[in-house]
Amino acid sequence: MNPLDRYESLVDDPVAFRDACDRPLPQVVRVNAIKADEDRARRALDEAGVGYEPVDWHPGVFRMDDKPGTTWPYVHGWLHGQEEVSLLPALALDPDPGERVWDACAAPGSKTSHLAALMDDRGTLVGNDSSLGRLSALRHNAERLGVTNLAVTNADARNYSLKPFDFEAFDRALVDAPCSCEGTCRKNPDVLDEWSMDHVRSVAGIQKGILRRAVQATREGGVVVYATCTFAPEENEAVLAHVLDREDCRVVPCDLPLSTEPGVTAWDDTEYPDQVRHANRVYPHLNDTGGFFVAKLEVGA
Amino acid sequence: MSDDSAAGDAEDASTGDRESAPENDGGQFDRLPETPANRTVPGRASRAEVLDWWADRFGVPRETFADHTFWERGKGKIWAFAGDAPDPIAIEGLGMAVLRTRQEHWKPTTNAVQRFGGAATRNVVVLDPEPAARFVRGEDQELDWDGDWGYLIVAHEIADAVEPIGVGLFLHGELRSTVPKGRQEDVSVVDRQG
Repeated sequence: MNPLDRYESLVDDPVAFRDACDRPLPQVVRVNAIKADEDRARRALDEAGVGYEPVDWHPGVFRMDDKPGTTWPYVHGWLHGQEEVSLLPALALDPDPGERVWDACAAPGSKTSHLAALMDDRGTLVGNDSSLGRLSALRHNAERLGVTNLAVTNADARNYSLKPFDFEAFDRALVDAPCSCEGTCRKNPDVLDEWSMDHVRSVAGIQKGILRRAVQATREGGVVVYATCTFAPEENEAVLAHVLDREDCRVVPCDLPLSTEPGVTAWDDTEYPDQVRHANRVYPHLNDTGGFFVAKLEVGA
Repeated sequence: MSDDSAAGDAEDASTGDRESAPENDGGQFDRLPETPANRTVPGRASRAEVLDWWADRFGVPRETFADHTFWERGKGKIWAFAGDAPDPIAIEGLGMAVLRTRQEHWKPTTNAVQRFGGAATRNVVVLDPEPAARFVRGEDQELDWDGDWGYLIVAHEIADAVEPIGVGLFLHGELRSTVPKGRQEDVSVVDRQG
């Protein structure tokens, strides 16, 4: 079974949805503000004779004509290859320079380094991953991009301890959770063959544990962003509902610079609290991107 | 020559039984003392010496690092961190590895030179497009350079300004590339006249 069949009832235009999922994605890069500004990056790309088209929804993001791996601006860490939708979690979290920010599932570091850039490389950004093997990719990417405000930890985010640090809570936390990843099918169609309901159930348990811990580890009035690249309500709205029921937090509206659909309040005979509507669903046909889910939670409010 | 690659991060076994002088513990980050006079761990560089080294060797102003603290983990590997952390701290990474000390000639990392080397005013060699491409491929090459021998900041011109690429070791008329394998790239050379 193709898991995308499940979601046709959720989208406004199932044919456009399926057509978009079948098309490959263009290569996209983000300008890394820690090392270069957009103008200099563009001049360097022009000098190298590399073709690109700036996206219309955000500055410093280009759709490339070719793979960007072999150009000078890439060598200098001015550019980072990153899918358009994967810019959304850091934009939603919107950290300020000087804050304490936790990235609970940080490797390989695209969103972590984006957070560092939004923080102007100041404050304390803690990048955690449960996989020691993936941490080397996180550190490699962060250092290549010139990030110096990142502390890297290796722990299970579900029972994360702040003991190594001398503070009690984060100002903001990002949970870019492990998931079924159907939203990446334009880049990696294999995810559709590997999909199973058993995996959805087991990964949803992990997602609930990580999001609960992130809410607990964030100060009152702080912000937690929950993001996945799956369309499955079991891994999205159901995870929010689980945590809303157990922790002191609420889902708040979050304006994103791409077209999105609201979170769903009912699925498969289950109803979710009305506030999950404030979550954002990104379907591939809406903006010609990958698929994504982003929700912003306010803690203790 | 690839000690700032992601993989080249071997820990030194700690010898923690002795009660006498404090020793370097390769499993944690220890903040550098402010000056040599504050030093308690033998052989550990001080912040003042690190700032002096960047200023003396490359002319990088001391205030470049005003917002960073320096830490040692592993034998002589120095990290620069812009955030707050207690001292010591046993975690997997703290900012950026910037410098290798505890050896006669201290060696900056590729990442540090890219991040902070733009402020350098000496011991910077600016390569033409073809030699710059060879350098970032990891190749050694002959160099006509009448400045200091030792570790140099290797740069080139891009988008109307000089930009550091990495660290070269200049010895006996040869510029050796120390760009770590994970950062080596095959960059095509574009004819700027074209």
